[in-house]
Amino acid sequence: MKLLVCVSKTPDTTTKIKFTSDNSELDTNGVQYIMNPYDEWYALVRALELKEAQGGSVTILNVGPAENDTVIRKGLAIGADEAVRINADPQSSLNVAKQIAEYAKGEGFDIVFFGKETIDYNGSEVSAMVAELLDMPFISYASHMEMDGNNATIKRDIEGGVETLSVDTPFVISAAKGLAEQRIPNMRGIMMAKRKPLKVVPAATFDDPVATVSYELPPEKGQVKLIDPENMDELVRLLHEEAKVI
Amino acid sequence: MHANGAKQAEIKKKAKEDRFQYHDYYQIDDLLQEDHLLAREAVRAWVKQEVSPIIEEYADKAQCPTHLFKQLGEIGAYGPSLPETYGGGGMDEIAYGIIMQELERGDSGIRSMASVQGSLVMYPIYRFGSEEQKRKYLPKLATGDLIGCFGLTEPDHGSNPSGMVTNIKDDGDAYILNGAKMWITNSPMADIAVVWAKDEEGIVRGLIVEKDMKGFSAPEIHGKWSLRASITGELVFEDVRVPKSQVLPNVQGLKGPLSCLSKARYGIAWGAIGAALDCYDSALRYSQERIQFDRPIGGFQLTQKKLAEMITEITKAQLLAWRLGTLANEGKASPAQISMAKRNNVHMALEVAREARQIHGGMGITNEYPVMRHMMNLETVLTYEGTHDIHLLITGMDVTGLNAFK
Ligand SMILES: Cc1cc2nc3c(=O)[nH]c(=O)nc-3n(C[C@H](O)[C@H](O)[C@H](O)COP(=O)(O)OP(=O)(O)OC[C@H]3O[C@@H](n4cnc5c(N)ncnc54)[C@H](O)[C@@H]3O)c2cc1C
Repeated sequence: MKLLVCVSKTPDTTTKIKFTSDNSELDTNGVQYIMNPYDEWYALVRALELKEAQGGSVTILNVGPAENDTVIRKGLAIGADEAVRINADPQSSLNVAKQIAEYAKGEGFDIVFFGKETIDYNGSEVSAMVAELLDMPFISYASHMEMDGNNATIKRDIEGGVETLSVDTPFVISAAKGLAEQRIPNMRGIMMAKRKPLKVVPAATFDDPVATVSYELPPEKGQVKLIDPENMDELVRLLHEEAKVI
Repeated sequence: MHANGAKQAEIKKKAKEDRFQYHDYYQIDDLLQEDHLLAREAVRAWVKQEVSPIIEEYADKAQCPTHLFKQLGEIGAYGPSLPETYGGGGMDEIAYGIIMQELERGDSGIRSMASVQGSLVMYPIYRFGSEEQKRKYLPKLATGDLIGCFGLTEPDHGSNPSGMVTNIKDDGDAYILNGAKMWITNSPMADIAVVWAKDEEGIVRGLIVEKDMKGFSAPEIHGKWSLRASITGELVFEDVRVPKSQVLPNVQGLKGPLSCLSKARYGIAWGAIGAALDCYDSALRYSQERIQFDRPIGGFQLTQKKLAEMITEITKAQLLAWRLGTLANEGKASPAQISMAKRNNVHMALEVAREARQIHGGMGITNEYPVMRHMMNLETVLTYEGTHDIHLLITGMDVTGLNAFK
């Protein structure tokens, strides 16, 4: 099976988020980057498990500048066979999706994996757009997946329950927690990754109808107020007058 | 008052989570390669997943988390800078240092498990062993299928190993080994011991002694207030018949064990930074969360002095380690340069731990925070692999040309 895993680079979860002075861009000063955990822990690892069980190859793909190579190498260290970086500054979801689709359309991938979202912008858009552009079925938020020949049985967690779907390859899938378990690369993998191919592909040009105008930080969290359990009236008053929830 | 109580409860709950963040004040990361950064991230992730959640409990009970021996092999922490043909990682010395730093960020005892196996057991076999010995032992030591220990120190000969009395006598196709070693990391768990003993001419030789050889035992040493999650023991040899094929053929004299110690000390110079970073990181966070006199204690000048001095000393130690690593990669790091870095960085870490302990106030003496454990561990690190004072004398001898040891 020929498997493609699209991975993105996101700020580490402990990063303190700041924006540039006009609030239109993330201030990247001092930010430490990681591979988006949904891509790494679930999508990539499930793809590697499939390859280990039935043979084939795992390619990882990133749309981004050369600084992203460290994150891409990590994917190779975890076990992907080869990597492709489309040399473009990732702007809107649509632009990224078009870049990926442009590359993937001639490659004959059986399954294209994504994480369910990136932990920075939480868009959950690129995967669906790629499926549309490649004219493939799309299964989102997959938490379990079994293959039988070219047919996959996929479970997705839905509000209050689980949905089970059946789909034939080729298809696009976005991975949620549960699809696989995190693998920490070992030193041997890190050294092997140095020798694996990382192909840089020039970006295609598309008109981008979407532009970011500005960002706002959520309001600062207020002080916690503790109410004596005897003082119910005060609790009701605060919930009504201050929190305005009742 | 209530709100403050809730804040304290929240601080306490979060303390147990490993919220460590790296501190690179001088952007030394710019001097590192991609594989160094990946190795650091991987070992840190492993430590957060496998070490941090259990370490306080094991240290509290003075038990060694023996299940980690195999896992350390799986991540590649044993002999990362040895060649891949023998199961090593084929990495450079900076990568090795960084791995030690991240392990010691978790616990000096865990780092000790790995540095003994890699630098004091695999390295002498690789450097001084026969091809047969290398093939027999190294791949299994690299995976953690075999555990090794290193026996140099004796009950009556610590800083002065040349006085050792453990000895071997020729007996045809074997040597008869007698004597005792003391303070041996991993020994009660070990499958093999690299033992240094004098032959009949008084020349120090290295032997690979296997666990089940008759007359060999390795009782555990109890009652340690330091390195409690690492197992330490003795090695006792009573007329142990060691086949001559177990002798390391390619070294004679004290330079054998001393060259291993250089390797391990190099790793400790990096490792200690890990312990210091963990203490600093915890203290910095605590200083922002802990409120006294209606403001975070980090706002007081005396706390800032502590924190500022801590990060200054850590940064200096990082630069020292990086430069030493660069020299080591070029094969130019001298034993005296390694002594200076080991001494400086371990002492630095101990001072940082003590200051961090103060910043945590009363909480600092509990196992809610890692600081006191690091501080107690570092007392061993200050003493083993050459004491603080012995390394000073090595520098003294190096700069004056005069031997102050005897
Ligand atoms: C937990 C732990 C694990 C260890 N693991 C190992 C191991 O795996 N393998 C191994 O072989 N050893 C190991 N050691 C032993 C360690 O290396 C020794 O403890 C160390 O070398 C010091 O020896 P000593 O304890 O006999 O102290 P001593 O040598 O008796 O020193 C006592 C004091 O005297 C000072 N001193 C000694 N000589 C001089 C001098 N000439 N001038 C000035 N001051 C001097 C020392 O600096 C020290 O302060 C371990 C020790 C510990 C505590």
